[in-house]
Amino acid sequence: MPERVDFWGIPNTWGSPAIYVYTLMFLAAIILAVRFYLRARLWWRVGRREANWDNLHVRIGRLIKYAIVQTKVLGQRYPGVMHVAMAWAFFVFFLGTGLATIDSHFYKILVGTPYLLHKLVMDSFTVVFVIGAGMAVYRRFIQRPRRLTLSSGFTWSLILVILIVLGGLLTESLRLAVEKPAWAWWSPVGWLMAKIWISTGASDSTLTAWHLGAWIAHLLIVAATLITLPVGTLLHILTGPINVFFSKLDQPTGRLAPIPTNAKGEPIYASTLRGLTWKQLLEGDACTECGRCQEACPAFAAGKPLNPKQVILAVREALRQDGMSLLVKDKEPAILVGEKIKDEELWSCTTCGACVRECPVLIEHVDAIVDMRRYLVNDGRVDAELQDALSNLGRYGNSFGQSERMRAKWTQSIQPPIKDVRKEAVEYLWFVGDYASYHSALTNITLKTAQVFQKAGVNFGILYDGERNSGNDVRRVGEEGLFELLTEKNIATMAKCEYRAIITTDPHSYNTLKNEYSANGNHQQVLHYTELLDQLITAGKLQLNTRQGIKVTYHDPCYLGRYNGVYDAPRRVIEATGCELVEMPRHRERTFCCGAGGGRIWMEEKSDNKERPAEIRVREAADLPGVSTLVTACPKDLVMFRDAVKTAGLEGKIIVKDLIELVGETLESNEVTG
Amino acid sequence: MNVAVLVKLVPDLVEELTVDASGVALDTAWLRLIINEFDDHAIEQGVLLKERSGCQLTIVAPDVEGVDDLLFTASAKGADKLIKIKGDFNGVNNHALARAAAAVIKELHPDLVITGVQANNDLDGSVGPLLAECLGMPYVGYVSGITLSEGKSRARKEYPGGLIAEMDVILPAVLGIQAAEQPPRYVAVSKVRQVMKTASIEEQSAPALEPSGGPTIGRMFQPEAAAHATMITGSADEVATKLVGIFKELGVL
Amino acid sequence: MSQDIYIVVEHLRGQVADISYVMLAAARELSKGTGGNVVAVLLGHEAQSLAGNLAADKVLYIDHPALADFSSDAYQKVLSVLISKEQPRVTLFGSTSIGTDIASVLSIRLGFPLVSSCRSFSTDGKFVSQICGGKIMAEGELPSPTALVTMVPGGYKPEQGQSAQAPAVTQVESPVLDALRVSLAKYIEPEAGDIDIAKEPILIAVGRGIQNQDNLELANSLAEALGGVVCGSRPVIDQGWLATSRLVGKSGKHVKPKIYLAMGISGAPEHTEAITDSDTIIAINTDPKAPIFNIAKYGTESDIFDLVEVLTNKVKEAKGG
Repeated sequence: MPERVDFWGIPNTWGSPAIYVYTLMFLAAIILAVRFYLRARLWWRVGRREANWDNLHVRIGRLIKYAIVQTKVLGQRYPGVMHVAMAWAFFVFFLGTGLATIDSHFYKILVGTPYLLHKLVMDSFTVVFVIGAGMAVYRRFIQRPRRLTLSSGFTWSLILVILIVLGGLLTESLRLAVEKPAWAWWSPVGWLMAKIWISTGASDSTLTAWHLGAWIAHLLIVAATLITLPVGTLLHILTGPINVFFSKLDQPTGRLAPIPTNAKGEPIYASTLRGLTWKQLLEGDACTECGRCQEACPAFAAGKPLNPKQVILAVREALRQDGMSLLVKDKEPAILVGEKIKDEELWSCTTCGACVRECPVLIEHVDAIVDMRRYLVNDGRVDAELQDALSNLGRYGNSFGQSERMRAKWTQSIQPPIKDVRKEAVEYLWFVGDYASYHSALTNITLKTAQVFQKAGVNFGILYDGERNSGNDVRRVGEEGLFELLTEKNIATMAKCEYRAIITTDPHSYNTLKNEYSANGNHQQVLHYTELLDQLITAGKLQLNTRQGIKVTYHDPCYLGRYNGVYDAPRRVIEATGCELVEMPRHRERTFCCGAGGGRIWMEEKSDNKERPAEIRVREAADLPGVSTLVTACPKDLVMFRDAVKTAGLEGKIIVKDLIELVGETLESNEVTG
Repeated sequence: MNVAVLVKLVPDLVEELTVDASGVALDTAWLRLIINEFDDHAIEQGVLLKERSGCQLTIVAPDVEGVDDLLFTASAKGADKLIKIKGDFNGVNNHALARAAAAVIKELHPDLVITGVQANNDLDGSVGPLLAECLGMPYVGYVSGITLSEGKSRARKEYPGGLIAEMDVILPAVLGIQAAEQPPRYVAVSKVRQVMKTASIEEQSAPALEPSGGPTIGRMFQPEAAAHATMITGSADEVATKLVGIFKELGVL
Repeated sequence: MSQDIYIVVEHLRGQVADISYVMLAAARELSKGTGGNVVAVLLGHEAQSLAGNLAADKVLYIDHPALADFSSDAYQKVLSVLISKEQPRVTLFGSTSIGTDIASVLSIRLGFPLVSSCRSFSTDGKFVSQICGGKIMAEGELPSPTALVTMVPGGYKPEQGQSAQAPAVTQVESPVLDALRVSLAKYIEPEAGDIDIAKEPILIAVGRGIQNQDNLELANSLAEALGGVVCGSRPVIDQGWLATSRLVGKSGKHVKPKIYLAMGISGAPEHTEAITDSDTIIAINTDPKAPIFNIAKYGTESDIFDLVEVLTNKVKEAKGG
């Protein structure tokens, strides 16, 4: 009967091999643990405290999903298969070896069929591993994609893991070559390799000696891998899952934390390592340098100074340089922001969240970037245009520097007049937003929105001059105090109004009203106008009978889609207008930012010859065969894309429309034909 | 070294300005007061001087609506001391303001007083030179840069055409700021809010306000569009076409 | 005490400033009502020749080495002696970097009331001042018996204050001018090398309304298409978006182009005073109440961002065709 033999072919000359093996492994494990502790303690000794222990079941769920099944890693085919092949192979090897240990010391299980299955599985995963490793070698040395860090650290790690697996395979095959058991085919790869050894005609004793050599080498490489793991690139095997476990639990990036304060109630700014949370320091060590964030980043794509990967790695680098000295002495850490992470990098971020969405180990780049921006703002390090916008927001409640009394100027021509929510109860409070209210190119669209609402019999009103900028982008700029000021005013105004739910034009307002205003126990239903339209159409209150019959594509606004998961409502509305929707390569959660988010719309756009994010995006839309219209549902997108169509020379190829224009046109042709 | 900055608030021109029923003053119902932008530059210049030479920087402002915010903001930028002159300053002219401010500023024994070179509602001269004479100090206006040395300052005075005159001014003196050496800095709202908790505004009462020396307004009005431009309307395309027509007419095309 | 109208002549480095002629023109108007003489007061050193074309009934000339270049302290000393002695009905100063340095000081020192930012005088002798960036006018009786007035340009044409006939010059003794607290150390010349916008026939001017530096590109391409040059108002220069040599306004250049296209410029007096000699002013501003429309020949409320690009293309077309 097939049975597993402990330490086959290992001589007992100097005592039981088990003693050597376990001593060696135990020592390696101790070294690993100590080295890891020395590194990991820096996180909590240097970083700020932050509680991340709540909702354990959700955290364990994430651990399984992201660290073991690795759904995010699998999001990209080639690197996903490559990584998962190697990672899962090692999971299996680890479990298999564990089983063998149990078998030899505690409970004999690897006898008969279970043993044969064990061999088959282990051997199969060797094949799986070889495929993954082969892909890795090809990727690292032939493909060499720009996003990868092509340093020797990764090469070294790859060599180590390949040697471990080859060492195991070699040992097995040599054993099989000598043993030649009847069930050898249950280890197909090992047995094929064994046949090579047999074909050399070497004697059993020679092969046994080779086996001993291979076995020792295998053992030593495993030990070496364990010992070097905490200082090499394989560290992510530990830090990745830990980072996943402690990741933020509310919406991915929709709600930012307020500025932390110290015991004296003074704000703590993220200018140095000490200003970051322990979790943010952990993120530095958890980064696998895969570069998915870099590839997804609109700022990076447009040649801006930002690379999200480098921001995270700068934290790691700083901790590596300064961490130890910070423990020994109570010394002030070196400046991080402005030195290792430059102002321009931080200001380039559109807070679109693409990096966060892509990261396989759930690093939260945007939160860290906003934390650092808060420091810059507090230090007065903002560019002239942003300063103007912020001053205007502080003084007038809008970034346009116009009087609040002009906010509802666009309503002048509308009949019947729009209700003032402050004076009468309505079903929907329409939070119009700055751009839709003040921007000369947008007020027509805002007017159209109001007309569509009126046609559908929506009982709605607006706040007129009582509305202030919602503060979403103010907060993401890092001007937390101004954000508080604006929210306080809006909340106070809205508290005196009677309404059932809020509708917004701007996805940015939508995000903060929904996720951040509610943080103060101010729960209310918030709808984006596309959601309301969808409801109205479904309920038959808005009837779009004519069919536009053109091919359009839809751009998911970051703050509507990726941040809040509203993907289907606008698509259903487009469908209702009778347009054929053709998706861009990057759609839904993979949407590509127009470049205006996170307050970028208020900042200086350095005129270089690089293509801006909005230009890249409209080109993506224009490249779709037969598509004439790019539909979006965000005022800022509209401004950015319309401009980009001109600057990219795509006039005549594609036009940009707000969803409401599409709906309005359909309604108008209803009237003509009906 | 003591540096004092005198600041006043002026009507915000972003708002539509209307004349009240009396016909001789602006309608305060719709009026928003904001810092005189030249005074904002004066504060910035003061902060720059403090950063360069470590002087004691005091901001002085009359007590009108919004002055506390203005003072706390200045403090957040780096001012050491804040003084609010008590009194009814609504609609008061610059002669009265200068006399009241002089009484307060004299007590500070300043080496240098700076203030905005002008304000949009000056009708009886700008505050700076009025204040200078009340204090018996020399005055130079249209200044866009200051270097301090022992007992003396060198001021960059702007003349038309981009010409700069470097003036030697014996201290103590009053300088009227046209522009600070760098644009006024941004100060975060949370920083101002923090300052509100810690900084204090010293209140000083001025002697009775004495407005003599200014004119009496008989009538205030919005300028009639007697010579208003011929307005071109229409879509961007139509307007552009008409403008090209005008260019051709004028012979530049 | 007299009914004479005094104007303090402003000059810089051997050149009489335009504002002096504007003041003379105003004084001539005013004197029709008051009946007094128009007296130009000229302070300087070896500068008597500057009196040559002043349209004054007479010129009082005070010569002193300390008056060779402007010193507020010296001017105040000379003028306080002269004005308190002669007590003219009105003394006019420029609302300039020279006039404002002295008028207010004299008002306190002599106890004479001061009216500032006066643009014109009504036929019955009332002052009309402009405040709030030109959005509001204030009118009132000239304080009596003596008044000091600072004048902004715009109300009168400088030519009206010039005369072909040299006026009579009376030399007046200067008071002692020692221990001056204000003195010129040196002049710093404007940066040379750049284009002189004062000599350009087509100017595209940008103001606060362009909002960001990027939009300067719009202005640049239009200027290129039209064969003009871009200049700007103070806020744009202060932001560093344009060189100081491109500043139009009180402390920048006075310009006189064939076409002055003002984009996003509201038309504050500090700016408009420097462009009134332009042949044709065309203003683009979304605020229909912007004072720039009061001096522009053509105006449009179109949005710069919509209009300028279209306009540039049409200009290119027109040139090409």
